[in-house]
Amino acid sequence: MNLRRDIFQAIADPTRRAILLLVASQTMTAGAIASNFDTARPTVSKHIQILMECELLGQIQNGREIYYHLNLQKMKELAEFIEPFRKIWDDRFNNLESVMKNYKSKK
Amino acid sequence: MERKTKIHAEAGKQELTITREFDLPVELLFKAYVEHEIVEQWMGTKVLKLENKPHGSYQFETSDALGNVVFEANGVIHEIETEKKITRTFKMENTPFDVQLEFLEFEKLTDTTSKLTIQIVYRSITLRDQMLALPFAHGLNMAHNQLQNIANKLK
Repeated sequence: MNLRRDIFQAIADPTRRAILLLVASQTMTAGAIASNFDTARPTVSKHIQILMECELLGQIQNGREIYYHLNLQKMKELAEFIEPFRKIWDDRFNNLESVMKNYKSKK
Repeated sequence: MERKTKIHAEAGKQELTITREFDLPVELLFKAYVEHEIVEQWMGTKVLKLENKPHGSYQFETSDALGNVVFEANGVIHEIETEKKITRTFKMENTPFDVQLEFLEFEKLTDTTSKLTIQIVYRSITLRDQMLALPFAHGLNMAHNQLQNIANKLK
């Protein structure tokens, strides 16, 4: 199997992680993605290609433009996918609990 | 150890459920959602408006250390029943994300413990999955930046 297609290999690179973060909130063209980096456009294209190969990115053709988006089905195969979301809520509720325990003891 | 906060997100649905049990009586849990100063403390945000009544609205705003607004959210409270439920909408301003509908249910377990169930309904399955993915994608970069900072110090 081509190592390049390994999903963990793909997310080990900082530029590719940054690309995933960019397209997590909205679909973008390769040009729009590249404009967020100082690196040369072909380098960014190469990263997009690798993310496409391991199916972390999907594409939609809209007229002459190709828009890239996060392939959420594939992302969900990563076991840790939901954990950061859970952690945010857990931290928030831990705060709530300690604030209210203080509140109770002050009364 | 059993996890206190649980996320239930079924594939192919445009909703998710968050549940959490608290070592707090339900009165205090509910109070944490309706009193301005308390919301500010645990959410770490400024409460500009919080009208706890049917058709009331709320507005939160968070600034960074320099005073720049980094997060703004608002919504409408559709239904509110003391120590039982809050039904409201939630919208993050200046983002491409559509408004979401939230059902908060407060439940007494014992005199000193309670449970909160939040069902969040999104406009589409894609939007729900995006909201789930954002902290993961963000976390990947944060973790890398921290490593990079450490690596830079070692240079």
